[in-house]
Amino acid sequence: MRTSYRLLLASGALAVASLFAANRAHAEDKVVKIGILHSLSGTMAISETSLRDVLLYAFDEINAKGGVMGYKIEPVIVDGASNWPLFAEKAKQLLEQDKVAVTFGCWTSVSRKSVLPVFEKDNGLLFYPVQYEGEELSKNIFYTAEAVNQQATPAVDYLLQQGKKKFYLIGTDYVYPQTTNLILYKYLLLKGVPVENIGGGLRMDGGKVVSAGKYVPFSHTDFQQIVADIKQFAASGDACVINTINGDSNVPFFKEIVAAGLTPADCPVVSFSLAEDELRSMPTKDLVGELGCWTYFMSIKSPENKAFLASWKDWLGTESYPGVVKEKRAVDSPMVLSYDGVYLWKAAVEKAGSFDVDKVRAALEAGVDFTGPGGKVTMQPNHHVTKTVYIGETRANGQFKILKEFPDVYGEPFQLKALDEKLAALGK
Amino acid sequence: MPNLNDTQIIRRGLLGRIPARLELIGVIAAALVVIVVLPSLNAFAPEGSAFHVSDFTINLYGKYLCYAVLAISVDLLWGYTGLLSLGQCLFFSIGGYALGMYLMLMIGKLGQYHSDLPDFMVFLGYPKLPAHWVPFHSFWFAAAAVIWVPGAVALIFGYLAFRSRIRGVYFSILTQALTYAASLMFFRNDFTFGGNNGLTDFKFIVGHDVRQPATQRGLYICTGLLLLGTYALCKWLTQSKFGKLQRAVRDSENRVLFSGYATANFKLFVFVVSAIIAALAGALYVPQVGIINPSEMTPDKSLEAVVWVAVGGRGTLIGPIIGAVFVNALKSWATRAYPDLWLIILGAMFIVVVLFLPGGIVSIPRRVMARWRRPEQPLPPLPTPPVEASADPAKTSPASSAS
Repeated sequence: MRTSYRLLLASGALAVASLFAANRAHAEDKVVKIGILHSLSGTMAISETSLRDVLLYAFDEINAKGGVMGYKIEPVIVDGASNWPLFAEKAKQLLEQDKVAVTFGCWTSVSRKSVLPVFEKDNGLLFYPVQYEGEELSKNIFYTAEAVNQQATPAVDYLLQQGKKKFYLIGTDYVYPQTTNLILYKYLLLKGVPVENIGGGLRMDGGKVVSAGKYVPFSHTDFQQIVADIKQFAASGDACVINTINGDSNVPFFKEIVAAGLTPADCPVVSFSLAEDELRSMPTKDLVGELGCWTYFMSIKSPENKAFLASWKDWLGTESYPGVVKEKRAVDSPMVLSYDGVYLWKAAVEKAGSFDVDKVRAALEAGVDFTGPGGKVTMQPNHHVTKTVYIGETRANGQFKILKEFPDVYGEPFQLKALDEKLAALGK
Repeated sequence: MPNLNDTQIIRRGLLGRIPARLELIGVIAAALVVIVVLPSLNAFAPEGSAFHVSDFTINLYGKYLCYAVLAISVDLLWGYTGLLSLGQCLFFSIGGYALGMYLMLMIGKLGQYHSDLPDFMVFLGYPKLPAHWVPFHSFWFAAAAVIWVPGAVALIFGYLAFRSRIRGVYFSILTQALTYAASLMFFRNDFTFGGNNGLTDFKFIVGHDVRQPATQRGLYICTGLLLLGTYALCKWLTQSKFGKLQRAVRDSENRVLFSGYATANFKLFVFVVSAIIAALAGALYVPQVGIINPSEMTPDKSLEAVVWVAVGGRGTLIGPIIGAVFVNALKSWATRAYPDLWLIILGAMFIVVVLFLPGGIVSIPRRVMARWRRPEQPLPPLPTPPVEASADPAKTSPASSAS
């Protein structure tokens, strides 16, 4: 008698488990489900929860104005938990069980790579909002993100215009900095910068450069040696640093830069992973005068941006979603690009007159546009977005002073091959 | 059993003991359901019928079963031999990478660049395939690598560790350091395994489209069979003289040593076997999940596996299976149903288990029985604790390190 408990237990566990996996989706009339696939816990949560918040804000804003073609948006929030296989599982769940019309999500490239096969297999639709290395084009993903030519190369153009002649490349060792720096290395060669003026080191394999720049592991803290190296590199003047270091490592890096006496006047640092949201938690006094480059800054003085910021603040005051932080919020480029993505998708749905993925894709590829807080964004046939690029200077309050605009830059994901061909044509 | 502490309860096997005949019937029934019934319902029951099992569910359970195999491998070390390895996911990941390399090469020209090289090599500008990748065109080479590479790593590491008589918490710390070091190495792009992005976007496995439901079903069945095989192997091992030795080493290694057994070699053998089991699970995990990257090697993943075993019930073979499936099913459900609270839900459950259920889920029936019906006769007194156990604080690790 007492032994049969084990059987009971085993079958109970199975029953409970299958209950969890059971299909709980029941489509109601006049509701369209949209997936939000971000990390709400784990290492990436600090960045990604902001994107969830701005998406919820966008949905509320659209619902208040009557929804999409009369359908109210029902968000389906899942937590990818900074765990890449879990991202794939959650993507499957959103597509196969909740049957969402579209998903907004991912921050890291690896999470996008993890869900890409799922979106392709189930023919889903994903909008990806964070600057990335390019070299990818899936028919099921729309990249509202900055491609390398909408962030890194305009920044280099700006620095060249400012008379800079020497470029030191430094980044965290993963695919985004590696690829960006390789592109910049080739771009600088093309612009006539000699190899010896590109700092950080080169790694060759089979006669080809496979890696350019200096790399540190995630969460690296000791920058003494590297900054000494940079100081020596910059001693001859006209030098600058291209920084693709990610996350916390930036704090000790900039402390060391200040300690070494490298000022923005003689050797500016341009960072690609530090936006207003990150600056909230950094000692900004070490960064005053250093440069940033994004397709949106909170300090943009357009009526659209002013209206957006005011309405965002109102929403934060009234919303009642669990887990949304209300105080000391900043808005930055990934958030605005998420927001833009929602409106681009809405425009495409209304143009197609349907939520069907193939029809919406066709409408997006044919080109829809939206004038958002960062200016006008237009979807391109190659799934990237034409938008305005801004160069800004960090201020002590964690905001950027806009120095230069590059209007309507066409997003180009495949830079490496194009640059190789141009260099070959020049015989370099 | 109010007067016994948890260590004593576990040492006496009071919670883990399962009547053999009943366990056999239960396992056969569960195996039939998992390996035959569920896939059949997935393949033959029409979609929309109440009996249909979706592709999603099959795929999800395939993943859980891989975790269950991993959990058994942890339990073989921890529950039975008293070696708390916090680096078991290293072997799991190595197995995954070995098969992943084969899967990457099978993409062929279907990648983003229509090149024979894997995508990440193309955009990082590799001129040709690195030499150590070349043999992975063969499935059988990859399958062999799934076994021998982690086996060799475990052999070398285990040899050095056990020869130096590293025990208890020191062994745990070392295994944790080993897997952390490996993850840092794999994170590097020039380590030629795809860096942070790892290996992904697989298309074919031995000629079958990996994205097809039928292929996924096949992989799921393979995982079910692997789990059954692992269970049977470990059952046989732990019930034989070998198992007695395991428990003897766990409870008093010095006595075993002084009785003339080469405990170092014995532990090395168990360590290698469990590494290979974990690697096999990893190899089946990768095509079902679709990605392997170095974050699978970080110490917290291995800790998670230990938690599954603790939740299910260590020192039993059913416990780790139940623990792995239960915790992961709970996680899958809670990350969707309560994305803001799921960590609290899981954390609370772990605390409850550690505080109130040191024998894990499998001990629930016995605890209920114990409350319900007072033991008719007092339990036999425990043997006096071995002298060296009290002299060496690390010796008490098998049970106390969890709480």
